[in-house]
Amino acid sequence: MMKSMRGGFGEMLVELGKKNPDIVVLTADLADSTRVKEFAEAFPNRFFQVGVAEQALVTVAAGMAGAGKIPFITSYAVFSPGRTFEQIKVTAALSDLPVKIVGSHAGFGASMYGATHQSLEDIALMRVIPNMVVVSPCDYEEAKKATFAVAENGKPSYLRLARQDSPIITDENSKFEIGKAVILRESKDPQVAIIGCGPVLAEALAAADQLKDIGIEVMVINNHTIKPIDDIAITNAARICGAIVTVEEHQVMGGLGSTVAEVVTQGHIVPMEFVGVKDVFGESAKNYQELWKKFGLTKENITEAVKKVITRKNS
Amino acid sequence: MEIDINNLESISGRVRRNILEMVYKAGSGHPGGSLSAVEIMVALYFGILEDRDRFFLSNGHICPALYSVMAEKGLIDKNLLASYTELGSSLQGHPEKTKLKGIENTSGPLGLGLAQAAGFAAIKKGSYIYCMTSDGEHDEGNHWEAVNFAAKYKLSNLIQIVDKNGIQIEGTVEEIMPLGSLKEKYLASDWNVFEIDGHNFDEIFDSTSKARDKKGKPSVILANTVFGKGISFMESNPDWHAKAPNGDEFRKAMEELK
Repeated sequence: MMKSMRGGFGEMLVELGKKNPDIVVLTADLADSTRVKEFAEAFPNRFFQVGVAEQALVTVAAGMAGAGKIPFITSYAVFSPGRTFEQIKVTAALSDLPVKIVGSHAGFGASMYGATHQSLEDIALMRVIPNMVVVSPCDYEEAKKATFAVAENGKPSYLRLARQDSPIITDENSKFEIGKAVILRESKDPQVAIIGCGPVLAEALAAADQLKDIGIEVMVINNHTIKPIDDIAITNAARICGAIVTVEEHQVMGGLGSTVAEVVTQGHIVPMEFVGVKDVFGESAKNYQELWKKFGLTKENITEAVKKVITRKNS
Repeated sequence: MEIDINNLESISGRVRRNILEMVYKAGSGHPGGSLSAVEIMVALYFGILEDRDRFFLSNGHICPALYSVMAEKGLIDKNLLASYTELGSSLQGHPEKTKLKGIENTSGPLGLGLAQAAGFAAIKKGSYIYCMTSDGEHDEGNHWEAVNFAAKYKLSNLIQIVDKNGIQIEGTVEEIMPLGSLKEKYLASDWNVFEIDGHNFDEIFDSTSKARDKKGKPSVILANTVFGKGISFMESNPDWHAKAPNGDEFRKAMEELK
């Protein structure tokens, strides 16, 4: 089944609004496409439309957080955090205020709009800021849980959402805890751990199936929290598998790939391969699938990376 | 509240001396803007702010003035002033909310304060939220986004005071980026506008009192001030934006402040 992560976010936000009067929502002229319209209709006094003004989106929210509220602020990831790095650092993170930055259409989701509207840097930007929590859920169900979790965590947090409907690969009862990676696919004797985040994890699962057919067992880990990173889970995976492939719809540089490599090089060192965007900009295309193919994020690319890392491990 | 203007003037004198001592000892800081804001801050802390009210400083580089006023008011220990910018001090070179009780917003990077004050004011409707900004930071887009927001949400409990000293880092506001008429801009943005002499206590109290009585719109008080006020060789000279005096200059300045 296909459903959108932003839809899951919007639904959970309404649930949260019913339970917690401190939840407020602000958007920068993107209420509909970031799925906060329903919240706005349900709680008009707790909804603020700031206009096409992402800098105000963050700074006004920081003021509200200082007054005791839990603001969720929504835009496309290219605009916020894309445009609002300094505002986030200075007014939210440095004061450790619980501003929830929701970046929608992250990755290649805004496929037709081209590179200006494709956010491939947002994880890198947010994860270097102290106090910041960075969560990149993989599907509709997990987006709901992540929304609930960041509302409760009392920290400045970045929630990365995709535009497109994507396969549901977790379920209602899957456990979700910020900072705790989840094993999506286990096997008896895994040769490689595939560690990914976001909807591209569906490709990782498909690659795992392909690999199984040719006798290669892998483990697939859903690393939904980039910060704080689950170094125990990553180190264990490195120990068990002896090789790692990371998968992300984001620049490898500064993204999940870099993050996992930082853990691996400080813990149990194993060969790694990186599936993700390699220091280039995106471009217009009919849909995100075309771009996943062009930029090397498909199950075929992941399968190749797994074979390559096994060769390196055994050499 | 009974206000003794003579007393406020002597407090302002002490605050100016504190500012000079802090910046001289630290060998760093922003004396020009700190000195122009003294009367406004003294008026706020000694005659305007009620318990439930809040003060947001947007142009955080003038924190020597804020720290000094807080010390005179007894909100922080006077001995702390000597630690300004030292390693481990709660008196950071730019003020931080989590480092010092009484600081509402971390500031320094310009153009961010009014928006934070507006966000706070939108939630705390029963309080008056005062925000000091500089004229120089009116170059910043973020500031004008906040101007729109405050007008749209009719934040009549938000009172902005612009320390309009006419100077920014590299020259006069007129040279660096002329702002046109701030009065006309704010009127066009649906704000109440007051224009005062920012060193005149009567005018500061009168304008803030009138601003509190206005309904349906945020208010801005354009306070005309003198950059470096009180030190002859600093007055209106952009060189003193971010420069500490040397020994001779410090002694001369302190002599003038006697």
